Amino acid sequence: MARAVTSQRKAINTIFAWIVGLMIFFPILWTVLTSFKTEAQAIADPPLFVSFDWTLENYVTVQERSNYFRHFFNSVIISVGSTIIGLLIAIPAAWSMAFVPAKRTKDVLMWMLSTKMLPPVGVLVPIYLIFRDTGLLDTRIGLVIVLTLSNLPIIVWMLFTYFREIPVDILEAARMDGASLKSEILYVLTPMAVPGIASTLLLNIILAWNEAFWTLNLTAANAAPLTAFIASYSSPEGLFYAKLSAASTMAIAPILILGWFSQKQLVRGLTFGAVK
Amino acid sequence: MATEHSRAAARLMISPAVILLLGWMLIPLGLTLYFSFLRYNLLMPGANPFVGWENYEFFFTDPAFNAAILNTMLLVGGVLLITVIGGILLALLIDQPMWGQGIVRILVIAPFFVMPTVSALVWKNMFMNPVNGLFAHIAKGLGMQPFDFLAQAPLASIILMVSWQWLPFATLILLTALQSLDSEQLEAAEMDGASALSRFFYIMLPHLARAITVVILIQTIFLLSVFAEILVTTGGGPGTASTNLTYLIYVQSLLQFDVGLGSAGGVFAIILANIVAIFLMRMIGKNLDI
Repeated sequence: MARAVTSQRKAINTIFAWIVGLMIFFPILWTVLTSFKTEAQAIADPPLFVSFDWTLENYVTVQERSNYFRHFFNSVIISVGSTIIGLLIAIPAAWSMAFVPAKRTKDVLMWMLSTKMLPPVGVLVPIYLIFRDTGLLDTRIGLVIVLTLSNLPIIVWMLFTYFREIPVDILEAARMDGASLKSEILYVLTPMAVPGIASTLLLNIILAWNEAFWTLNLTAANAAPLTAFIASYSSPEGLFYAKLSAASTMAIAPILILGWFSQKQLVRGLTFGAVK
Repeated sequence: MATEHSRAAARLMISPAVILLLGWMLIPLGLTLYFSFLRYNLLMPGANPFVGWENYEFFFTDPAFNAAILNTMLLVGGVLLITVIGGILLALLIDQPMWGQGIVRILVIAPFFVMPTVSALVWKNMFMNPVNGLFAHIAKGLGMQPFDFLAQAPLASIILMVSWQWLPFATLILLTALQSLDSEQLEAAEMDGASALSRFFYIMLPHLARAITVVILIQTIFLLSVFAEILVTTGGGPGTASTNLTYLIYVQSLLQFDVGLGSAGGVFAIILANIVAIFLMRMIGKNLDI
Protein backbone atom coordinates (compact mmCIF):
# COMPACT_ATOMS: atom_id res chain seq x y z
CA MET A 1 0.00 0.00 0.00
CA ALA A 2 2.65 2.48 1.05
CA ARG A 3 4.65 1.52 -2.00
CA ALA A 4 1.79 2.21 -4.38
CA VAL A 5 1.34 5.69 -2.98
CA THR A 6 5.06 6.30 -3.30
CA SER A 7 5.26 5.30 -6.92
CA GLN A 8 2.18 7.33 -7.75
CA ARG A 9 3.78 10.36 -6.14
CA LYS A 10 6.98 9.58 -7.94
CA ALA A 11 5.14 9.58 -11.26
CA ILE A 12 3.59 12.99 -10.53
CA ASN A 13 6.98 14.36 -9.48
CA THR A 14 8.54 13.00 -12.63
CA ILE A 15 5.99 14.53 -14.98
CA PHE A 16 6.05 17.89 -13.24
CA ALA A 17 9.84 18.07 -13.00
CA TRP A 18 10.30 17.10 -16.64
CA ILE A 19 7.87 19.80 -17.79
CA VAL A 20 9.68 22.44 -15.74
CA GLY A 21 13.10 21.19 -16.85
CA LEU A 22 12.13 21.21 -20.52
CA MET A 23 10.70 24.72 -20.20
CA ILE A 24 13.97 26.01 -18.78
CA PHE A 25 15.95 24.17 -21.42
CA PHE A 26 13.61 25.21 -24.25
CA PRO A 27 15.49 28.32 -25.51
CA ILE A 28 18.56 26.14 -26.09
CA LEU A 29 16.53 23.43 -27.80
CA TRP A 30 14.79 26.02 -29.96
CA THR A 31 18.12 27.52 -31.00
CA VAL A 32 19.47 24.12 -32.02
CA LEU A 33 16.28 23.29 -33.99
CA THR A 34 16.24 26.68 -35.72
CA SER A 35 19.83 26.22 -36.84
CA PHE A 36 18.66 23.39 -39.13
CA LYS A 37 15.83 25.38 -40.78
CA THR A 38 15.87 27.71 -43.75
CA GLU A 39 15.56 31.41 -42.93
CA ALA A 40 11.92 31.41 -44.06
CA GLN A 41 11.09 28.39 -41.93
CA ALA A 42 12.83 29.99 -38.95
CA ILE A 43 10.24 32.76 -38.72
CA ALA A 44 7.26 30.65 -39.86
CA ASP A 45 3.96 31.25 -38.07
CA PRO A 46 2.77 28.89 -36.66
CA PRO A 47 6.29 27.86 -35.57
CA LEU A 48 7.71 24.60 -36.95
CA PHE A 49 9.04 22.16 -34.41
CA VAL A 50 10.38 19.14 -36.23
CA SER A 51 8.39 18.98 -39.47
CA PHE A 52 10.65 21.09 -41.65
CA ASP A 53 13.30 20.31 -44.25
CA TRP A 54 16.38 19.77 -42.15
CA THR A 55 19.36 21.50 -43.71
CA LEU A 56 22.98 22.22 -42.87
CA GLU A 57 23.21 25.22 -45.16
CA ASN A 58 23.32 27.74 -42.28
CA TYR A 59 26.44 26.15 -40.88
CA VAL A 60 28.10 26.40 -44.29
CA THR A 61 26.97 30.00 -44.79
CA VAL A 62 28.18 31.12 -41.37
CA GLN A 63 31.61 29.66 -42.02
CA GLU A 64 31.87 31.03 -45.56
CA ARG A 65 30.65 34.53 -44.85
CA SER A 66 32.50 35.30 -41.67
CA ASN A 67 35.24 32.73 -41.28
CA TYR A 68 33.58 31.25 -38.22
CA PHE A 69 36.41 28.91 -37.35
CA ARG A 70 38.82 31.76 -36.96
CA HIS A 71 36.72 33.02 -34.05
CA PHE A 72 36.19 29.54 -32.72
CA PHE A 73 39.93 29.05 -32.77
CA ASN A 74 40.40 32.40 -30.95
CA SER A 75 38.05 31.19 -28.24
CA VAL A 76 39.98 27.96 -27.86
CA ILE A 77 43.36 29.71 -27.66
CA ILE A 78 42.14 32.34 -25.21
CA SER A 79 40.26 30.02 -22.86
CA VAL A 80 42.71 27.12 -22.89
CA GLY A 81 45.78 29.38 -22.95
CA SER A 82 44.71 31.51 -20.01
CA THR A 83 43.72 28.40 -18.05
CA ILE A 84 47.00 26.56 -18.61
CA ILE A 85 49.13 29.59 -17.73
CA GLY A 86 46.92 30.23 -14.73
CA LEU A 87 47.40 26.64 -13.56
CA LEU A 88 51.17 26.84 -13.95
CA ILE A 89 51.23 29.89 -11.70
CA ALA A 90 48.60 28.65 -9.27
CA ILE A 91 49.67 25.05 -8.70
CA PRO A 92 52.88 25.89 -6.81
CA ALA A 93 51.09 28.59 -4.82
CA ALA A 94 48.12 26.43 -3.85
CA TRP A 95 50.45 23.51 -3.16
CA SER A 96 52.59 25.42 -0.70
CA MET A 97 49.60 26.98 1.03
CA ALA A 98 47.91 23.60 1.43
CA PHE A 99 50.95 21.63 2.61
CA VAL A 100 53.09 24.25 4.35
CA PRO A 101 50.55 26.67 5.76
CA ALA A 102 52.05 29.67 7.52
CA LYS A 103 50.50 32.21 9.85
CA ARG A 104 49.67 34.50 6.97
CA THR A 105 48.29 31.87 4.60
CA LYS A 106 44.68 32.65 5.38
CA ASP A 107 45.26 36.37 4.89
CA VAL A 108 46.94 35.74 1.55
CA LEU A 109 44.07 33.54 0.37
CA MET A 110 41.46 36.05 1.44
CA TRP A 111 43.35 38.88 -0.21
CA MET A 112 43.63 36.94 -3.47
CA LEU A 113 39.90 36.35 -3.43
CA SER A 114 39.27 40.04 -2.83
CA THR A 115 40.94 40.89 -6.13
CA LYS A 116 38.23 38.84 -7.86
CA MET A 117 35.61 41.07 -6.27
CA LEU A 118 36.85 44.13 -8.13
CA PRO A 119 34.29 45.07 -10.79
CA PRO A 120 36.05 44.90 -14.17
CA VAL A 121 34.53 48.22 -15.24
CA GLY A 122 36.42 49.87 -12.37
CA VAL A 123 39.70 49.21 -14.15
CA LEU A 124 38.42 49.35 -17.75
CA VAL A 125 39.99 52.74 -18.56
CA PRO A 126 43.56 52.01 -17.45
CA ILE A 127 43.59 48.51 -18.95
CA TYR A 128 42.24 49.85 -22.23
CA LEU A 129 44.86 52.62 -22.34
CA ILE A 130 47.72 50.29 -21.38
CA PHE A 131 46.59 47.89 -24.12
CA ARG A 132 46.35 50.72 -26.66
CA ASP A 133 49.83 51.99 -25.84
CA THR A 134 51.47 48.56 -25.84
CA GLY A 135 49.75 47.31 -28.99
CA LEU A 136 47.86 44.58 -27.12
CA LEU A 137 44.41 45.74 -28.24
CA ASP A 138 42.72 43.12 -30.40
CA THR A 139 45.42 40.52 -29.85
CA ARG A 140 44.95 37.02 -28.49
CA ILE A 141 47.95 37.35 -26.21
CA GLY A 142 46.42 40.46 -24.62
CA LEU A 143 43.23 38.61 -23.77
CA VAL A 144 45.14 35.60 -22.49
CA ILE A 145 46.99 37.92 -20.08
CA VAL A 146 43.83 39.62 -18.81
CA LEU A 147 41.84 36.42 -18.39
CA THR A 148 44.75 34.64 -16.71
CA LEU A 149 45.01 37.40 -14.13
CA SER A 150 41.31 37.86 -13.61
CA ASN A 151 40.68 34.13 -13.07
CA LEU A 152 43.85 33.40 -11.11
CA PRO A 153 42.14 33.84 -7.71
CA ILE A 154 39.49 31.25 -8.58
CA ILE A 155 42.14 28.80 -9.81
CA VAL A 156 44.24 29.18 -6.66
CA TRP A 157 41.19 28.75 -4.44
CA MET A 158 39.86 25.69 -6.18
CA LEU A 159 43.23 24.00 -6.21
CA PHE A 160 43.76 24.87 -2.57
CA THR A 161 40.50 23.23 -1.51
CA TYR A 162 41.38 20.08 -3.47
CA PHE A 163 44.98 19.85 -2.27
CA ARG A 164 43.89 20.21 1.33
CA GLU A 165 41.93 16.99 1.05
CA ILE A 166 45.09 15.02 0.28
CA PRO A 167 46.03 13.27 3.53
CA VAL A 168 49.48 14.35 4.70
CA ASP A 169 49.94 11.10 6.64
CA ILE A 170 50.51 9.28 3.37
CA LEU A 171 53.52 11.50 2.72
CA GLU A 172 55.05 10.59 6.03
CA ALA A 173 54.44 6.92 5.37
CA ALA A 174 56.17 7.22 2.01
CA ARG A 175 59.07 9.01 3.66
CA MET A 176 59.39 6.28 6.27
CA ASP A 177 59.59 3.76 3.46
CA GLY A 178 62.55 5.68 2.12
CA ALA A 179 60.92 7.49 -0.80
CA SER A 180 62.96 10.39 -2.15
CA LEU A 181 61.36 13.82 -2.51
CA LYS A 182 61.19 13.28 -6.25
CA SER A 183 59.41 9.94 -6.10
CA GLU A 184 57.25 11.30 -3.30
CA ILE A 185 55.95 14.02 -5.59
CA LEU A 186 55.82 11.86 -8.69
CA TYR A 187 54.25 8.68 -7.34
CA VAL A 188 52.40 9.71 -4.21
CA LEU A 189 51.19 13.28 -4.50
CA THR A 190 50.62 13.75 -8.21
CA PRO A 191 48.13 10.91 -8.70
CA MET A 192 46.09 12.28 -5.82
CA ALA A 193 46.27 15.85 -7.10
CA VAL A 194 45.33 15.15 -10.72
CA PRO A 195 41.53 14.94 -10.27
CA GLY A 196 41.47 18.32 -8.52
CA ILE A 197 43.66 19.90 -11.17
CA ALA A 198 41.46 18.45 -13.93
CA SER A 199 38.30 19.83 -12.33
CA THR A 200 39.86 23.24 -11.94
CA LEU A 201 40.98 23.18 -15.56
CA LEU A 202 37.49 22.29 -16.74
CA LEU A 203 35.63 24.94 -14.79
CA ASN A 204 38.11 27.63 -15.68
CA ILE A 205 37.95 26.90 -19.40
CA ILE A 206 34.18 27.29 -19.16
CA LEU A 207 34.46 30.61 -17.32
CA ALA A 208 37.04 31.95 -19.79
CA TRP A 209 35.09 30.71 -22.83
CA ASN A 210 31.99 32.62 -21.72
CA GLU A 211 33.75 35.75 -20.42
CA ALA A 212 32.01 38.69 -22.05
CA PHE A 213 33.36 41.92 -20.61
CA TRP A 214 37.03 41.97 -21.54
CA THR A 215 36.51 39.99 -24.74
CA LEU A 216 33.94 42.53 -25.95
CA ASN A 217 35.90 45.61 -24.94
CA LEU A 218 39.43 44.64 -25.92
CA THR A 219 38.92 42.95 -29.29
CA ALA A 220 37.81 43.92 -32.79
CA ALA A 221 38.00 41.85 -35.98
CA ASN A 222 41.26 40.00 -35.40
CA ALA A 223 41.26 38.44 -31.96
CA ALA A 224 37.51 38.37 -31.39
CA PRO A 225 36.46 35.10 -29.75
CA LEU A 226 32.94 33.72 -30.16
CA THR A 227 31.42 35.98 -27.49
CA ALA A 228 32.42 39.03 -29.53
CA PHE A 229 31.68 37.41 -32.89
CA ILE A 230 28.12 36.53 -31.86
CA ALA A 231 27.67 40.11 -30.64
CA SER A 232 28.04 41.25 -34.26
CA TYR A 233 24.61 39.71 -34.89
CA SER A 234 23.07 42.51 -32.83
CA SER A 235 22.94 44.70 -35.97
CA PRO A 236 22.15 42.23 -38.73
CA GLU A 237 21.01 42.61 -42.32
CA GLY A 238 17.94 40.77 -43.62
CA LEU A 239 16.73 37.48 -42.24
CA PHE A 240 19.27 35.95 -39.93
CA TYR A 241 17.57 33.79 -37.27
CA ALA A 242 18.75 30.50 -38.74
CA LYS A 243 22.30 31.77 -39.17
CA LEU A 244 22.33 33.26 -35.67
CA SER A 245 21.14 29.88 -34.39
CA ALA A 246 23.82 27.97 -36.25
CA ALA A 247 26.58 30.27 -34.98
CA SER A 248 25.14 30.06 -31.45
CA THR A 249 24.79 26.29 -31.48
CA MET A 250 28.43 25.84 -32.43
CA ALA A 251 29.47 28.38 -29.79
CA ILE A 252 27.65 26.75 -26.88
CA ALA A 253 27.79 23.06 -27.78
CA PRO A 254 31.38 22.35 -26.63
CA ILE A 255 30.86 24.21 -23.36
CA LEU A 256 27.50 22.54 -22.64
CA ILE A 257 29.22 19.19 -22.92
CA LEU A 258 32.11 20.22 -20.67
CA GLY A 259 29.63 21.84 -18.33
CA TRP A 260 27.66 18.66 -17.79
CA PHE A 261 30.83 17.01 -16.56
CA SER A 262 31.62 19.80 -14.16
CA GLN A 263 28.31 20.32 -12.31
CA LYS A 264 29.81 19.39 -8.95
CA GLN A 265 32.90 21.52 -9.41
CA LEU A 266 30.70 24.48 -10.19
CA VAL A 267 29.45 24.73 -6.63
CA ARG A 268 32.94 24.33 -5.26
CA GLY A 269 34.61 26.71 -7.70
CA LEU A 270 32.16 29.55 -7.37
CA THR A 271 31.31 29.51 -3.67
CA PHE A 272 34.86 29.28 -2.32
CA GLY A 273 33.97 26.70 0.28
CA ALA A 274 31.16 28.77 1.75
CA VAL A 275 28.61 26.07 0.87
CA LYS A 276 29.36 22.42 1.52
CA MET B 1 56.92 19.31 10.72
CA ALA B 2 57.67 22.18 8.35
CA THR B 3 61.34 23.07 8.44
CA GLU B 4 62.95 26.46 7.83
CA HIS B 5 64.03 25.11 4.47
CA SER B 6 60.54 24.08 3.38
CA ARG B 7 59.13 27.42 4.51
CA ALA B 8 61.54 29.25 2.26
CA ALA B 9 60.59 26.97 -0.61
CA ALA B 10 56.91 27.61 0.10
CA ARG B 11 57.44 31.35 -0.05
CA LEU B 12 59.21 30.96 -3.36
CA MET B 13 56.38 28.87 -4.78
CA ILE B 14 53.73 31.34 -3.78
CA SER B 15 55.49 34.51 -4.88
CA PRO B 16 54.71 34.48 -8.64
CA ALA B 17 50.98 34.34 -7.94
CA VAL B 18 51.20 37.03 -5.27
CA ILE B 19 53.35 39.39 -7.33
CA LEU B 20 51.16 39.06 -10.43
CA LEU B 21 47.94 39.61 -8.53
CA LEU B 22 49.44 42.53 -6.65
CA GLY B 23 50.38 44.13 -9.98
CA TRP B 24 47.00 43.31 -11.49
CA MET B 25 45.29 44.98 -8.55
CA LEU B 26 47.52 47.96 -7.71
CA ILE B 27 48.54 49.27 -11.14
CA PRO B 28 45.07 49.63 -12.74
CA LEU B 29 43.53 50.68 -9.44
CA GLY B 30 46.15 53.37 -8.92
CA LEU B 31 45.72 54.60 -12.50
CA THR B 32 41.91 54.71 -12.23
CA LEU B 33 42.23 56.75 -9.05
CA TYR B 34 44.81 59.05 -10.66
CA PHE B 35 42.83 59.58 -13.89
CA SER B 36 39.70 60.37 -11.91
CA PHE B 37 41.28 63.62 -10.76
CA LEU B 38 42.39 64.74 -14.26
CA ARG B 39 40.56 66.51 -17.04
CA TYR B 40 41.45 63.87 -19.58
CA ASN B 41 39.54 63.29 -22.82
CA LEU B 42 41.03 61.21 -25.62
CA LEU B 43 39.38 63.46 -28.21
CA MET B 44 41.18 66.52 -26.82
CA PRO B 45 44.89 65.83 -26.86
CA GLY B 46 47.24 68.04 -24.89
CA ALA B 47 47.74 68.66 -21.22
CA ASN B 48 45.62 66.74 -18.75
CA PRO B 49 45.35 69.19 -15.86
CA PHE B 50 44.54 68.19 -12.30
CA VAL B 51 40.96 69.23 -11.59
CA GLY B 52 40.28 67.90 -8.11
CA TRP B 53 36.79 66.55 -7.58
CA GLU B 54 35.36 67.96 -10.81
CA ASN B 55 34.89 64.55 -12.49
CA TYR B 56 33.10 63.24 -9.43
CA GLU B 57 30.80 66.28 -9.41
CA PHE B 58 29.96 65.71 -13.08
CA PHE B 59 29.48 62.01 -12.53
CA PHE B 60 27.11 62.38 -9.59
CA THR B 61 25.11 65.28 -11.08
CA ASP B 62 24.69 63.65 -14.50
CA PRO B 63 20.97 62.84 -14.87
CA ALA B 64 22.04 59.47 -16.29
CA PHE B 65 23.67 58.67 -12.94
CA ASN B 66 20.37 58.55 -11.04
CA ALA B 67 18.82 56.45 -13.76
CA ALA B 68 21.80 54.10 -13.79
CA ILE B 69 21.75 53.64 -10.01
CA LEU B 70 18.02 52.93 -10.03
CA ASN B 71 18.36 50.53 -12.95
CA THR B 72 21.29 48.75 -11.30
CA MET B 73 19.27 48.26 -8.13
CA LEU B 74 16.21 47.05 -10.04
CA LEU B 75 18.31 44.70 -12.15
CA VAL B 76 20.21 43.19 -9.21
CA GLY B 77 17.11 43.09 -6.99
CA GLY B 78 14.84 41.71 -9.68
CA VAL B 79 17.21 38.95 -10.72
CA LEU B 80 17.90 38.03 -7.08
CA LEU B 81 14.19 37.82 -6.30
CA ILE B 82 13.46 35.59 -9.29
CA THR B 83 16.51 33.35 -8.96
CA VAL B 84 16.37 32.87 -5.18
CA ILE B 85 12.65 32.06 -5.02
CA GLY B 86 12.79 30.10 -8.28
CA GLY B 87 15.95 28.36 -7.13
CA ILE B 88 14.39 27.24 -3.83
CA LEU B 89 11.33 25.87 -5.60
CA LEU B 90 13.42 24.13 -8.25
CA ALA B 91 15.80 22.66 -5.69
CA LEU B 92 12.83 21.30 -3.70
CA LEU B 93 11.37 19.84 -6.88
CA ILE B 94 14.56 18.19 -8.11
CA ASP B 95 15.24 16.80 -4.63
CA GLN B 96 12.01 14.73 -4.80
CA PRO B 97 12.21 11.09 -5.79
CA MET B 98 11.57 10.75 -9.52
CA TRP B 99 12.64 8.97 -12.69
CA GLY B 100 15.38 10.63 -14.72
CA GLN B 101 16.50 12.97 -11.95
CA GLY B 102 19.97 13.31 -13.48
CA ILE B 103 18.58 14.40 -16.82
CA VAL B 104 16.22 16.96 -15.28
CA ARG B 105 19.19 18.34 -13.37
CA ILE B 106 21.17 18.70 -16.58
CA LEU B 107 18.27 20.42 -18.35
CA VAL B 108 17.92 22.93 -15.52
CA ILE B 109 21.64 23.66 -15.24
CA ALA B 110 22.27 24.09 -18.97
CA PRO B 111 21.50 27.85 -19.26
CA PHE B 112 24.44 28.65 -16.99
CA PHE B 113 26.83 27.44 -19.69
CA VAL B 114 25.38 29.60 -22.46
CA MET B 115 27.56 32.60 -23.17
CA PRO B 116 25.87 35.95 -22.35
CA THR B 117 25.88 37.27 -25.91
CA VAL B 118 24.20 34.13 -27.26
CA SER B 119 21.56 34.08 -24.58
CA ALA B 120 20.79 37.79 -25.00
CA LEU B 121 20.51 37.61 -28.79
CA VAL B 122 18.44 34.43 -28.78
CA TRP B 123 15.99 35.94 -26.30
CA LYS B 124 15.92 39.28 -28.09
CA ASN B 125 15.30 37.95 -31.59
CA MET B 126 13.78 34.52 -31.44
CA PHE B 127 11.54 35.07 -28.43
CA MET B 128 10.93 38.77 -27.79
CA ASN B 129 10.88 40.19 -31.31
CA PRO B 130 7.41 41.77 -31.78
CA VAL B 131 7.03 40.47 -35.35
CA ASN B 132 8.89 37.20 -35.72
CA GLY B 133 9.50 36.19 -32.10
CA LEU B 134 7.94 33.11 -30.59
CA PHE B 135 6.12 35.18 -27.94
CA ALA B 136 4.55 37.28 -30.71
CA HIS B 137 3.40 34.12 -32.54
CA ILE B 138 1.85 32.83 -29.32
CA ALA B 139 0.16 36.17 -28.62
CA LYS B 140 -1.28 36.26 -32.15
CA GLY B 141 -2.40 32.66 -31.81
CA LEU B 142 -4.33 33.63 -28.68
CA GLY B 143 -5.81 36.64 -30.44
CA MET B 144 -3.79 39.19 -28.49
CA GLN B 145 -1.65 42.12 -29.60
CA PRO B 146 2.09 41.22 -29.70
CA PHE B 147 4.14 43.07 -27.10
CA ASP B 148 7.39 44.82 -28.02
CA PHE B 149 9.36 43.68 -25.00
CA LEU B 150 12.67 45.49 -25.50
CA ALA B 151 11.08 48.79 -26.56
CA GLN B 152 8.32 48.94 -23.97
CA ALA B 153 9.87 47.13 -21.01
CA PRO B 154 13.61 47.06 -21.74
CA LEU B 155 14.82 46.65 -18.18
CA ALA B 156 12.26 43.98 -17.30
CA SER B 157 13.21 42.07 -20.45
CA ILE B 158 16.89 42.17 -19.51
CA ILE B 159 16.00 41.06 -15.97
CA LEU B 160 14.22 38.06 -17.51
CA MET B 161 17.21 37.11 -19.67
CA VAL B 162 19.73 37.46 -16.87
CA SER B 163 17.48 35.53 -14.48
CA TRP B 164 17.35 32.65 -16.95
CA GLN B 165 21.16 32.56 -16.93
CA TRP B 166 21.53 32.68 -13.15
CA LEU B 167 18.63 30.46 -12.08
CA PRO B 168 20.78 27.33 -12.55
CA PHE B 169 23.50 28.68 -10.27
CA ALA B 170 21.05 29.40 -7.44
CA THR B 171 19.31 26.05 -7.96
CA LEU B 172 22.53 24.07 -7.93
CA ILE B 173 23.85 25.65 -4.74
CA LEU B 174 20.52 25.41 -2.92
CA LEU B 175 20.17 21.80 -4.05
CA THR B 176 23.63 21.01 -2.68
CA ALA B 177 22.65 22.58 0.63
CA LEU B 178 19.30 20.80 0.68
CA GLN B 179 20.92 17.42 0.14
CA SER B 180 23.09 17.91 3.21
CA LEU B 181 19.96 18.20 5.36
CA ASP B 182 19.54 15.31 7.76
CA SER B 183 16.54 13.37 6.44
CA GLU B 184 15.85 11.83 9.86
CA GLN B 185 14.98 15.25 11.19
CA LEU B 186 12.37 15.66 8.46
CA GLU B 187 10.98 12.19 9.02
CA ALA B 188 10.70 12.81 12.74
CA ALA B 189 8.83 16.04 12.09
CA GLU B 190 6.53 14.26 9.68
CA MET B 191 5.77 11.55 12.24
CA ASP B 192 4.96 14.24 14.78
CA GLY B 193 2.36 15.50 12.34
CA ALA B 194 4.10 18.62 11.01
CA SER B 195 2.59 19.71 7.71
CA ALA B 196 4.68 20.00 4.56
CA LEU B 197 4.47 23.78 4.81
CA SER B 198 5.66 23.94 8.41
CA ARG B 199 8.41 21.41 7.68
CA PHE B 200 9.58 23.78 4.95
CA PHE B 201 9.44 26.93 7.07
CA TYR B 202 10.80 25.52 10.34
CA ILE B 203 13.35 22.98 9.16
CA MET B 204 14.35 23.45 5.53
CA LEU B 205 14.40 27.23 5.27
CA PRO B 206 16.59 27.75 8.38
CA HIS B 207 18.92 25.06 7.04
CA LEU B 208 19.10 26.86 3.69
CA ALA B 209 19.63 30.31 5.20
CA ARG B 210 23.37 30.19 4.86
CA ALA B 211 23.31 28.95 1.26
CA ILE B 212 20.74 31.61 0.36
CA THR B 213 22.99 34.30 1.79
CA VAL B 214 25.94 33.00 -0.21
CA VAL B 215 23.86 32.91 -3.40
CA ILE B 216 22.72 36.49 -2.82
CA LEU B 217 26.22 37.80 -2.14
CA ILE B 218 27.98 36.02 -5.01
CA GLN B 219 25.28 36.83 -7.52
CA THR B 220 25.25 40.48 -6.44
CA ILE B 221 28.97 40.74 -7.18
CA PHE B 222 28.43 39.35 -10.69
CA LEU B 223 25.12 41.13 -11.33
CA LEU B 224 26.61 44.54 -10.58
CA SER B 225 28.78 43.92 -13.65
CA VAL B 226 26.08 42.86 -16.14
CA PHE B 227 27.26 44.28 -19.45
CA ALA B 228 27.10 42.08 -22.56
CA GLU B 229 23.35 41.50 -22.26
CA ILE B 230 22.72 45.26 -22.37
CA LEU B 231 25.27 45.95 -25.11
CA VAL B 232 23.75 43.52 -27.63
CA THR B 233 20.06 44.08 -26.86
CA THR B 234 19.15 47.67 -26.03
CA GLY B 235 22.44 49.53 -25.95
CA GLY B 236 21.26 50.99 -22.66
CA GLY B 237 18.14 52.53 -24.19
CA PRO B 238 15.67 53.74 -25.07
CA GLY B 239 17.26 56.86 -23.55
CA THR B 240 18.76 55.54 -20.35
CA ALA B 241 15.90 53.14 -19.59
CA SER B 242 18.18 50.10 -19.42
CA THR B 243 21.55 51.68 -18.61
CA ASN B 244 23.14 50.24 -15.51
CA LEU B 245 26.20 51.56 -13.73
CA THR B 246 28.63 49.32 -15.63
CA TYR B 247 27.14 50.31 -18.96
CA LEU B 248 27.13 54.02 -18.08
CA ILE B 249 30.83 53.93 -17.24
CA TYR B 250 31.53 52.03 -20.47
CA VAL B 251 29.70 54.73 -22.47
CA GLN B 252 31.58 57.54 -20.76
CA SER B 253 34.97 55.85 -21.11
CA LEU B 254 34.96 54.16 -24.50
CA LEU B 255 32.22 55.92 -26.46
CA GLN B 256 32.63 59.49 -25.20
CA PHE B 257 36.35 58.98 -24.59
CA ASP B 258 36.12 60.84 -21.29
CA VAL B 259 38.84 59.06 -19.34
CA GLY B 260 38.53 61.33 -16.30
CA LEU B 261 34.77 60.95 -15.96
CA GLY B 262 34.84 57.21 -16.65
CA SER B 263 37.52 56.76 -14.02
CA ALA B 264 35.51 58.64 -11.41
CA GLY B 265 32.64 56.28 -12.19
CA GLY B 266 35.01 53.34 -11.94
CA VAL B 267 36.10 54.38 -8.45
CA PHE B 268 32.45 54.58 -7.42
CA ALA B 269 31.73 51.12 -8.87
CA ILE B 270 34.66 49.65 -6.96
CA ILE B 271 33.47 51.14 -3.67
CA LEU B 272 29.95 49.84 -4.28
CA ALA B 273 31.16 46.31 -5.06
CA ASN B 274 33.41 46.34 -2.00
CA ILE B 275 30.48 46.97 0.32
CA VAL B 276 28.97 43.67 -0.83
CA ALA B 277 32.35 41.94 -0.95
CA ILE B 278 33.07 42.66 2.73
CA PHE B 279 30.05 40.63 3.82
CA LEU B 280 30.86 37.81 1.43
CA MET B 281 34.51 37.68 2.49
CA ARG B 282 33.50 37.54 6.14
CA MET B 283 31.31 34.50 5.49
CA ILE B 284 33.98 32.73 3.47
CA GLY B 285 36.63 33.55 6.05
CA LYS B 286 34.58 32.00 8.85
CA ASN B 287 34.39 28.73 6.95
CA LEU B 288 38.09 28.60 6.18
CA ASP B 289 40.07 27.04 8.99
CA ILE B 290 43.79 26.73 8.43
